[in-house]
Formats: sequence, structure tokens, C-alpha cells
Amino acid sequence: MSAEPILEARGLSKTFRAGGAVFGKPFQAVKDVSLAVMPGETLAVVGESGCGKSTLARMLVGLETPDEGEILFRGAPIKRDRALRRQVQMVFQDPYLSLNPRRTVLDIVAEPLDVHGLAKGAPRTARVEELLTAVGLDPAASSRFPHEFSGGQRQRIGIARALAAEPSVLVCDEPVSALDVSVQAQVVNLLIDLQKRLGIAIIFIAHDLAVVRAISHRVMVMYLGRAVEEGGADRVLVTPNHPYTVALRGSALEPDPARARLARGKATRGEPPNPVNPPPGCRFNPRCPRVTDECRTNEPQMKRHTDAAGVSGVACYHPVHEAVELNA
Amino acid sequence: MTKQADERPVLSVSGLDVSFRTMRGEVKAVSDVSFDLKRGEVLALVGESGSGKSVSTRAVMGIVRGNATINARRMELAGHDLLTADEEQKRKLRGRVISLVFQDALSALNPVLSIGDQLGELYRTHLNVSKKEARERSIELLRSVHLASADKRIDDYPHQFSGGMRQRILIASAIALKPEVLIADEPTTALDVTVQAQILDLLDELRDELGMAILLITHDLGVVARMAERVAVMYAGRLVETGSVDDIFRAPSHPYTAALMASAPRIETVEKLEPIKGSPPNLIAPPPGCAFNPRCTHLGDLCTKVRPELIGDLPGRSRACHYPLVETAHVG
Repeated sequence: MSAEPILEARGLSKTFRAGGAVFGKPFQAVKDVSLAVMPGETLAVVGESGCGKSTLARMLVGLETPDEGEILFRGAPIKRDRALRRQVQMVFQDPYLSLNPRRTVLDIVAEPLDVHGLAKGAPRTARVEELLTAVGLDPAASSRFPHEFSGGQRQRIGIARALAAEPSVLVCDEPVSALDVSVQAQVVNLLIDLQKRLGIAIIFIAHDLAVVRAISHRVMVMYLGRAVEEGGADRVLVTPNHPYTVALRGSALEPDPARARLARGKATRGEPPNPVNPPPGCRFNPRCPRVTDECRTNEPQMKRHTDAAGVSGVACYHPVHEAVELNA
Repeated sequence: MTKQADERPVLSVSGLDVSFRTMRGEVKAVSDVSFDLKRGEVLALVGESGSGKSVSTRAVMGIVRGNATINARRMELAGHDLLTADEEQKRKLRGRVISLVFQDALSALNPVLSIGDQLGELYRTHLNVSKKEARERSIELLRSVHLASADKRIDDYPHQFSGGMRQRILIASAIALKPEVLIADEPTTALDVTVQAQILDLLDELRDELGMAILLITHDLGVVARMAERVAVMYAGRLVETGSVDDIFRAPSHPYTAALMASAPRIETVEKLEPIKGSPPNLIAPPPGCAFNPRCTHLGDLCTKVRPELIGDLPGRSRACHYPLVETAHVG
């Protein structure tokens, strides 16, 4: 992998107002999050509902404007540059809601071609058929409508659409969480395959650690709008360092009775607090088994270091594995 | 398994068929499903969308919607024959003897009634207690599902609670009358994993306390592995394999069960996932022979011609396959 990130986000923050744009209470959906993804690499962004991972995804593709921070494509700020925007495309979570039911598959998949004026007439049709083949669908499907397809096939249509403008980065927001297990594996394998063939970078937003393990090279864990841990997928998922990542890992159940039964009676207490009114200090402190006074008053910053597996980082005063030398 | 399950079944279903008439033809959602749920045990009914797992249990509860035709050879619940019971008798059984927790707590709770009113109503209609006593019992009940400051939150409405708390409230309403059977239909699917862990711990705890049996409906093999002693796998409306969780997870016999396990990603190992090719069949015109045959990798001559019956060689283990992966006779 080359040394320069294909897509980079620096210090992204986004505040919404809950219950109305004017009188609602502000809450910070994403606070000071940075990430970088290399060409051909998959970075997974993991967290539970309300952690800000979808807002982060929407900022990366330009569906939301960050309040602070910037997004760089090959080192250049994206902002309103349409040519750069085209390079980052999105695959949505719900294959039933994200495809217009009144348009044919041809028109759905060709939309990026139309928007960016990339192809018309016969070349447009040919390109769509090529894309459908690439995602494992019959090119003859182009004259049909979304309701004629199963959930897995619809997600393939969504992926074909995202690929139409030949992006360098695909942002996939929970692309398989609405699918059955057997079909989920088909779509995960398709994404891995497309990445190998096209060299695209993938930002994979998910809550399921097992799926993340199957597809990602690197992982970033978010909690209540903050990045709490990042690093190589092996490192983060097998030897998690932040107590929240440990809790997530401990709650994830695998199809192995001996292992799954170990989780009995070990649930982490509490639920993610209201993002309108996050706790002071570390946002995980009310649920954390390693909490101290420091955690309740000062918010820990992400400290990164580089080891054999690349950059690793944790935002915690009392990480589980203390051994590593951390430098800011 | 902290308690040895009693051998007498509390719920016994045999030869259950459920079909729906639709514009495009008759949909056989459930065909010839039989299972016994023993006192105090957790039996998981596993399958993907459309496998008939939810419809089967709704038929048992007597709450199937739409123009369904339901037939069964036997349907017995704690000594009551559900096939001959009238609506009034069934209504009395629901809640007291058998109860249901749905996946979606937000739509299962009444949005315009306070939690106290919804729970209190259960006690007032079923046990005929005073309003005051119903309220006190409701607070007690909410404490038993570990809802924080139950006495202060009893007058709050469903939307004022988080997803995990709503699921606790729903479980509270399901166990209020101490049923012998709890049907938990995807009870944690809509929840975050750390909250899922809490709800599963709660179900374990209540099961120990009340001695109730749980029929767990889920698509999640991890939840099955964590919760259940026995498992029944469904595909296209039929049972394809049943047995103990330990046996089946160690050595699945039906190729569908094996394929489902191979397609599930695991955190500890990075292996290429093995999806099941194709998609589940159309239940209006299922393929001839075994319904799984178009997706099966262990196809033989009989599979497209003869539908395999569910047969068991050993007590407690059975499969519906002409060419099973492990001969059940040798397992044990």
C-alpha cells in the first residue's frame, strides 16, 4: 500500500439539534474524529446506535456538512469539488428503502452516470450491464424494478450504482445488517472481491464485529460521537485495549456453544447515555469497570503509536494492555 | 444449564400446517412441524426470513393474522388441548400459561398509556385486584426486570424509555402472570450487542426464578449457542434438523444447518465466508423433493424427486435429509 491516504478526515465534528432546528437541544453526533484510509484498504468503523458512525459516513460522502474539520481526497480538500466528490460513493443500509421503486434497475444504476454526465445512450446501457455482471446479477435485470429482487440482490444493485462513477472509495453504511446470514456472506464476499479487482478503498460502517473481522484491515471503534480505539483489525478485535471495545467483544456471540456460554451473566451494565447530555470526562465512564476520578473529569484524547501492525491508538487513561509506549 | 429440564413436555405440537391464501396462490408457510418443549428448557427455533419460525409460534398462540388455514394433529399446552379450546379458554391461557415477547418493543407497547396503566391492566383483568394493588404489583414487576427507579418511572410513557428499557418492560408484561411457557420472538434483534447481553442475562435469570420454558425464535446462531439446550432448524416451512445444541453445533447433519454455520462470520478466525448460493425458495411453488436441493452442495439422486421425512435414529436427534453429513446413528 502506498504511503498516502486516498481519503482522510481531520477533526470532523457535527452537531445536530434534537427536537427542532431552532429550539431543539444541541447534541454532538460526532466530535473531533480523524481517520485515514489507504488505497485498496478496508477501514471498519464500529459502534452501537448513536455512536455517530452513520453521521461520519454521511459527512465523508458529502450528504452532511461537517461543522468543523476537513475531508481530503489524495491530500486535496474535497469541499464542493464535484469531480472529487464522484470519487467517494455510498452504499446504503436498507436495500428496500434506498432504491426508488418506480425506476428500473437501468435508471437506478445509471444515476451517477447521468448526474456526472459520464455516459448516454448505448454506452450508458452497456456500462450498466457491465456493472450488473460485476456484482453477480444477470444484465437482463436492467429492465426490471426493485421489488422483483430479493434483499441480497437489491444490495447488489445498490453496490452496482455506487460503482457506476468509478469511485476510488466506497463508504458502506451497514450494508449487510438487513440481510439473512447466508446472503450476508454473499455480499461480504462480493465487496472483498470487488476490492481486489478494482483496488478501491472501503469504509465499512458496522455494528457486527464478526462481519467486520471478515472484511476489514483496520478498525476504528466509536462511542457517543468519539473515536475510542483504532488499529489493525487483528489487534483491535482479538486484543482490544479500550474497556468499551472489550465490552463489545465480550457481548458479541459466536456460533460456538462453549464460547458463547462464557458470556452468560457477564453483561456490561448500563446503556449508552443520551447524546444530548453526555457525561463529563470520558463518555464511557458511567459504564466502565476501570473508572477512576480522572475519567470522570477529564476527557481522554486519542494517543497513537506505531508498531509492526501499523498505527494503533486508544483514548483511555487505563487501557487494558498498559505495556505499549504511547506518544501523542 | 443450571436446572435439569423436566421430561414431561409443557407444550407439545405435532403435524402443524399453516397456509395463507394469497392472490398468487396458496402459500404453505408451515408444513408438518412437530416439537415438544419440556418444562424449564430453552428450545431454539432457528431459521432465516420466511422459514416459518414466527408463524409456527403464532399459530400456537392463536394469533395468526390474515386468512390463514391452520391444521395440526396435536397441540397441547400444560394439559390443555388447544385444538378443541374455544376463544375464551385460549384467551385465558394467553398470559397465564403462555406468553409472548416480540422483537419490536416500541410497537408492542401502547404509546398512549403509561407503563403503569399497561402493566396494571394485566393484573386488574386477570387477577381482579384493586387499582392500588395493581400499581404496587407493577412496580414490583418492573424491579424484577431491573428497571432503574421503577417507582418513579411507572407513570412514564413508552417513548420516554430507551430500546433496552422498553424490552425489559415488554418482558415484564410477558412474565407478569408467571407463565409456564415464554415465546421469545427475536427478543434482542433490534438491540445493540451490549444491551442484548443484558436482556439475555435477564431471560436466564427469570427462567431460573420462575422455572418457565422458553421457546426462542431467532436467526442468530450466536444467540442460540448462548441460550438454548435444544435447537430445531427450519427451512422453507419445514423442520430440517433437531437435536441438542452441543451435538448440532459440533456436527450438523443436514447440509442446510452446516451451510448456515459456515456462512456465519467469526471474530477469532479470518476465513473466507462460505455463503449459501441462491436464495430461499418461493413457498407458493417450492422445488420438488427437498426444498433445499437447488442450493445444496451434497445433492444426490433422490433429492429432486422425493421429499425427505424428518427421521430420528437417536432420541432427541432427527434430520430430514437423504444424504446426511453425519449418520445420526453414530453420534453420541
